[in-house]
Amino acid sequence: MDRRLKAERVPPATGFTACDRCLRRSALLAAMAHFVARSLDASRKVPLLLALPDDQFVAAVGGEDSRQALGVLQGFDAARARRDASDAGLVALCHHDERFPKCLIPSADTPRLLYLAGDVRLLGLLDETPAVALVGSRRATGYGLEVAHALGRELGACQVPVVSGMALGVDSAAHEGALEGGGPTVAVLAGGADVPYPSSKRRLYRRIVERGLVVAELPPGFGPLRWCFPARNRIMAGLSAMTVVVEGAAGSGSRITAQFAADLGREVGAVPGQVTSRLAQGPNALLADGACVVRRATDILDALYGAGHPSAGERPQPRPLPDLEPRLAELLAAVEGGAASVDRIARSPQETAEVMAGLGELELMGLLSRAPDGSYVRRA
Amino acid sequence: MLARAATFALIGVDAVDVTVEADIHPGLPAFTIVGLPDAAVQESRERVRAALVNSEFEFPLRRITVNLAPADFRKAGPGFDLALAGAVLAASGQVSSDPLDRYALCGELGLDGSIRPVRGALAFADRAHRSGREGLVIAAANAAEASLVDGLEVVGVETVRQLADFLAGGWRPPRIHVDAKAMLEAGHEQQVDLAEVRGHHSLKRALEVAAAGGHHMLMIGPPGSGKSMLSRRMPTILPPPTFDEALEATRVHSVAGLLGGEALIARRPFRAPHHSISSAGLVGGGVPPSPGEASLAHNGVLFLDELAEFPRPALEALRQPLEQGSISLTRAQRTVTFPMRFSLLAATNPCPCGNFGAARRECSCHPSAIHRYLSKLSAALVDRIDVMVRVDPPSRQELMSDQAAPSSAEVRARVVAGRARQSERLAGSRARCNADMTTAQARRHCRLPRAAIRALELALDRALLTPRGHGRVLRVARTLADLDGREGIERKDVTEAIGYRDSRVVHASEWIAA
Repeated sequence: MDRRLKAERVPPATGFTACDRCLRRSALLAAMAHFVARSLDASRKVPLLLALPDDQFVAAVGGEDSRQALGVLQGFDAARARRDASDAGLVALCHHDERFPKCLIPSADTPRLLYLAGDVRLLGLLDETPAVALVGSRRATGYGLEVAHALGRELGACQVPVVSGMALGVDSAAHEGALEGGGPTVAVLAGGADVPYPSSKRRLYRRIVERGLVVAELPPGFGPLRWCFPARNRIMAGLSAMTVVVEGAAGSGSRITAQFAADLGREVGAVPGQVTSRLAQGPNALLADGACVVRRATDILDALYGAGHPSAGERPQPRPLPDLEPRLAELLAAVEGGAASVDRIARSPQETAEVMAGLGELELMGLLSRAPDGSYVRRA
Repeated sequence: MLARAATFALIGVDAVDVTVEADIHPGLPAFTIVGLPDAAVQESRERVRAALVNSEFEFPLRRITVNLAPADFRKAGPGFDLALAGAVLAASGQVSSDPLDRYALCGELGLDGSIRPVRGALAFADRAHRSGREGLVIAAANAAEASLVDGLEVVGVETVRQLADFLAGGWRPPRIHVDAKAMLEAGHEQQVDLAEVRGHHSLKRALEVAAAGGHHMLMIGPPGSGKSMLSRRMPTILPPPTFDEALEATRVHSVAGLLGGEALIARRPFRAPHHSISSAGLVGGGVPPSPGEASLAHNGVLFLDELAEFPRPALEALRQPLEQGSISLTRAQRTVTFPMRFSLLAATNPCPCGNFGAARRECSCHPSAIHRYLSKLSAALVDRIDVMVRVDPPSRQELMSDQAAPSSAEVRARVVAGRARQSERLAGSRARCNADMTTAQARRHCRLPRAAIRALELALDRALLTPRGHGRVLRVARTLADLDGREGIERKDVTEAIGYRDSRVVHASEWIAA
């Protein structure tokens, strides 16, 4: 089955250009993908490898004599690559074009070329308005999802671009939040920009293409391998002025993204979590290392613009608690205190009806939400 | 000489008239059966011959031709033996053919002349009564079951000799009286009780709601959280079956040969097929089509544990029954309809390993596997499930508490009262309970006050509810008000009902549909 989705809206003629050499570089990465996979043992090495010029890169992954390498290096058809991209509804932009995001330029391992789907004007915005990468575990808890969604929403409401990887869990929640907040959002994909990955997020993909931007380094139709994810993470870190880790285990991809950001001299933030939770180890370790504490979007804005600086539109205000009936306030306090299900609150079967109705009421007020595992979570 | 005997064939759970015609002519000894007999009916010749000889009758050494009319459909099984023996006896002049016009005959013969029980006796008796027969001669072991049909004389016979005596007019077996009322009352007594289960307040409430409104229900929780234990107690809180409902269930069990010596299924059936079941096993099938587990659960509970592990075709096959309360299986020769109006009670783990969302255990599944797991449940199925609950293992305090839990009898009393309100309201329509209401009925019977409408609007705005879920919530809210003994639905009914829509399942299935 062809997993590619033709971008629904063909982007307007932008005048974006990509030179033959850069197009060839992208094709080379795809052609050598399996050699890269074989020659890698640690994901930290991926950027080093990707920083090499074409011939050294091919030599480093041990594919000098391979049919794949020769095929791309000698017989590359740039016209066809351009046609493939436009057939897939993508725009190619290489670093020789002055509209290539400047924030990506300083590092040696920067991608030479980006394939874009969606609103390409957003790319220019990234250099004017500092963007924020929200990253975290794919297997996030209800708390992590809620925080990611809320941060995305509040940043979106301030028109701060939200960069993430469209993965399950935190990434998707961040994109969803940004879209809900009405702000720009950029999804950086590990495979081709026309392949929604994971495929279960194809709805989200369509919405991002309609209202935001999808970016990828590899050519259209490419299905990602393992090493493509850290490679993608370096682009997310590069596009953003600040990287915020919401939830992640100690050695997770989000830690790697944070490390890339730190290497680039960008801000790193982390959302504190319960010390007993495995998924909080990543962000808590970052905090211990001096990352910026992120509790709400204002913490991010303060880090980017300085405390109290009224930039980037209107700052989100903490929502005042509405006047609650005493019983509803009690229920809310119980959920805030960690009681995540009806059974943990109701003390008898007679009480459950009333507790369920009350929790439903709080959900309608937007004070609670249901996590993917069905538990009740206090909304951020 | 020609003789006729009336008997029946089973098509699904219904009996159709079959006339056995026996004709005896002079000629070389031969015994031929025509009229589309299957192998078992062909073998009937040997059973009839041996049974007659061993009962000290004469087996005519002439040319015997037996026709099973109507001849256009395949006759299967050994149930025609008795009618065959009767027709042969009458055609050879050994018994009077007169009673054969008024009585129908059903039974399987043993070589020693004994008469064995058949499947579908209740269906046969019902058909005999409807086609104006005076009585039914049937294996004695089937007599109690057949006597459930009012106004039909049931003659239970144990041997061919007794059959001959009856046909000769001299012998009558003692009348069998089946006290259905007493059996139904005895059926109340249950082995298990809701009071034995500690904790699980919200699941018990959900079971009560599902029982009261006839709603289908899905439980999502880790292994060992008590899903199965509580499911087994579902029949104890359902209203007791009416005589007609028990009769329908008995009929299906009889056809499937699962009556186990009982005359009447006086309890609501509880069927829990394993998830390796095929779709034919679940909804019926085979040649000739026999009822599946979902039919055996007719008027009772169909419990599908590990719902996501069931093969997809089997679950898809449940769509029509969930909609109509029956299934029509169309085969080359004819269409067979099986009744299957059951309460679906399903349970599933939240993910392949089962621990996603569990408090003290860690889930080891790949995130996409978690997502995929529940999305296996198709939208068509999920759409019919009104009550979805998350099940947690009870906490230590709950396990150790000696707080008295309500008994099944208490809960059942509330359920019965709630159902009574519904049947009064829905009298004269096809719907028996709130879950069955058509859209028009739901609109008429679920009028909401302003505050409740506002709650529904908010839920739709906040995407807590999909437009599809809206109608289901209305029906559940109706049930909640009924359980509370109120005619008017209030806002709290709506907010509680929204809590029974589990967004995980709903969204996962709609994602597949998209």
